[in-house]
Amino acid sequence: MDQDHSDPTIASANPTGSMAVEITHVHKWYGDFRVLWDVSLTIRSGEKVVICGPSGSGKSTLLRCVNALEDVQQGQIVVDGKVLTKDLKRIDEVRREVGMVFQQFNLFPHLTVLENCTLAPIWVRKMPKADAERTAMRFLERVKIPEQALKYPGQLSGGQQQRVAIARALCMNPKIMMFDEPTSALDPEMVKEVLDTMVELAHDGMTMIAVTHEMGFARQVADRVVFMDGGQIIEVNAPGAFFDHPQHERTKLFLSQILR
Amino acid sequence: MSVAGDNHAGPGEAFVRTHAPVSLPPPVAMTGVLGWLRANLFSGVLSSILTILILVALALIVPPLVKFLLIDAVWSGADRDACLVTEARPEVGACWAFVRDRLAFFVYGSYPIDQRWRVDLFFVQLAIGTVWLLWLDAPRRDLAAAYLFVAVPVISFILLYGWPAIGLAHVDTALWGGVLVTIVVASVGIVASLPIGIVLALGRRSRMPAIKIVSVAFIEFVRGVPLITVLFMASVMLPLFVPATWSPDKLLRALVAVAIFSAAYMAEVVRAGLQAIPRGQYEAARALGLSYWPMMRLVVLPQALKATIPNIVNSYVALFKDTTLVFFVGIFDFLKTVEVARVDPKWATPVTSATGYAFAAMFYLVFCYCMSRYAKGVERRLGSGVRE
Repeated sequence: MDQDHSDPTIASANPTGSMAVEITHVHKWYGDFRVLWDVSLTIRSGEKVVICGPSGSGKSTLLRCVNALEDVQQGQIVVDGKVLTKDLKRIDEVRREVGMVFQQFNLFPHLTVLENCTLAPIWVRKMPKADAERTAMRFLERVKIPEQALKYPGQLSGGQQQRVAIARALCMNPKIMMFDEPTSALDPEMVKEVLDTMVELAHDGMTMIAVTHEMGFARQVADRVVFMDGGQIIEVNAPGAFFDHPQHERTKLFLSQILR
Repeated sequence: MSVAGDNHAGPGEAFVRTHAPVSLPPPVAMTGVLGWLRANLFSGVLSSILTILILVALALIVPPLVKFLLIDAVWSGADRDACLVTEARPEVGACWAFVRDRLAFFVYGSYPIDQRWRVDLFFVQLAIGTVWLLWLDAPRRDLAAAYLFVAVPVISFILLYGWPAIGLAHVDTALWGGVLVTIVVASVGIVASLPIGIVLALGRRSRMPAIKIVSVAFIEFVRGVPLITVLFMASVMLPLFVPATWSPDKLLRALVAVAIFSAAYMAEVVRAGLQAIPRGQYEAARALGLSYWPMMRLVVLPQALKATIPNIVNSYVALFKDTTLVFFVGIFDFLKTVEVARVDPKWATPVTSATGYAFAAMFYLVFCYCMSRYAKGVERRLGSGVRE
C-alpha cells in the first residue's frame, strides 16, 4: 500500500536536457485545507508530462502555481532557471515564458481573434504591430483557423476558441506550454481538433505540462504521466507502464474508474 | 415500420425520415397589422385593459398639451401685452414671444453683449469635439479625444475667461450664465467624473489597504451627503478654511463640487462593471505576462465600461439635471435665468411661468434624450459581433 514515491523526478525521457520546471517540496493551503502536500516534480526541457487524478486532487492548483496564478506557502518552484518569489517583476518574466491554456478558453471577448493573439506580444514583448500580426497569422495557420482572424471569439465554436487560445499563448513564443483541462469544456465532436493541435505541438518539441483526462493523448505523446490524489503525487511513470501496470492502489482504482 | 407520409413512430416502432415535412405559411392572425396588434396590445385580458387605460390617459393629456403649447400659443410680440387675454383672444397658450425675446439671456446670462461671439465659438468648438469623438466611424478618433480632453478645456478657458495679453478682455464668472453655465458645469462634471471614478473604483478594489481605505472613505462620504450639501460646503465653508487672499472663484468651487460628487457615483458604477468581469479574464491577462495597468487598460476596463454604458449614461443624465442645483449657491445656470426672467415685470403674465418652465423642460429633455439614444446606439453596436 504505502509504496516509496519519494523521488518522482526519475524516469525522465530526456536525461541530458536542462530543467524547465523544478518543483521541490511544495505545500499549499487554502485556509485550513491542504491542497498541495509535499509535491516535488522536475520537468526537463522538451518533456511532455500529463497530470491526472480525481477532481480536487490539486492538479490544476499545481499547474497554476507554476506561473504564479497561485502562490505557495512552502517549498520552491524554479521555472526556466528563475526562482518564483513574490517579486512581481520576476513573476511577469516567468509568465512571459510560460504559455497557459485554460479550460474555459478565457479569450478576450472584446477583441478580435487576431487582436487576442497580438495583445501580449505588442504590450509585453514590445513587438511592432506588423510583426506581431505576422506572427499571429503564422500561429493561426498552424492551428488551422487563419480565416477566422477578424472574427470575435463569441462567433467561434468552442473547439475553434480553444485553438485560438493555444495560438494566443504560442504568440508569446513561450518555452513551456501548460494546459489546464483544455478539452473538458468542449462538446465531444470538438475534442479531437484541439487534441490534434496539441499532438502536433508535442511533435514539434515543445515542453508541455497538461492536466487532462484524455488518456489516448497521454499514451500518444506523454513522456511521463503523473497521478495526483489528495494534494500528493501518488505515482509517476512512463505512459505504457502507468496504464498497463499501475503500482499504487489508488492509481489502479482511478484508472479502473475512468477506463471502463 | 412507419408508413411513408406518417411522420411519427408508434409505440415500439422504429422510424426513419424519408421526406421533408410540407411547409405551411404561418396562420393569418400572426402576421400583418392585426397580428401585431394582437401580439403586442391585446394578448390577454390584463394586457387589453392596460392598453385601453393608457389610450384613455393619452387622450386626456395630449390634446390639452398640444392646445396650450401650439394651437393657442403666442409666437411673437414685444412685451406682456401680447400674451394677455383680450376680447379678441379669450384663450392664451404658451407665450413663446417671451422665450424669443429673452433667448439671448437664457443662453448667455449677463455675458457682455459685445463679447458673446466668444461663447458662440466655445459652443462650436465643443460641439465639433463632441461629435468627432462620439461619431464612431469618424477618422482619427484618438486625435478627437486629445482635442476634446486637452485642447478644448484650455481653449474654452481662454475664450470664456479671457486673456488680456492676446486681446480677449477678462469676463468675470459672475457674469456667466444661462445655457453657457449649464453646459460648462455639465461638461466639466462629465469629463472629470469618469477618470476620477475609474481611479476610485480601482482603488476600492485594490489589495493595498491604504489605497482601499482612502477610496472607500471618499466614496462613502460623498455618496452619503446630498449634492446640495457638497455645493454649500464648497461655496460657504471652503473660504473659511483657506486664506482670504487665496479664495477660489465661486464657479470653480461649484465645478469642483459637482466633479467630486459625480465621481463618487461613477466609481460605484464602474465598480459594478469591474465585478462583472470573470476571474478568467484577469488570469488570462496575467498568464500572458501583462502587469496591472496594461491588464486593466487593455483587458478589464474596456469590458467593464462597455457593460456599464447604460449606467454611465444614466449617471450623466442625472448629473446634467443636477447641475440646476448650482443655482442655490448663487450661480446663474439656465434654470436660474428662466427663473429670473419669468418674474420680470416686462413679461409677467399668467402664462409666462408655465411657458418658461415648459421651455426649460424641453431643453433638458432634448439633451437627456439625446444622451440616452446615443448610449443605446453604442450599446447595440458594441454588442454586435459578440455573442453573449
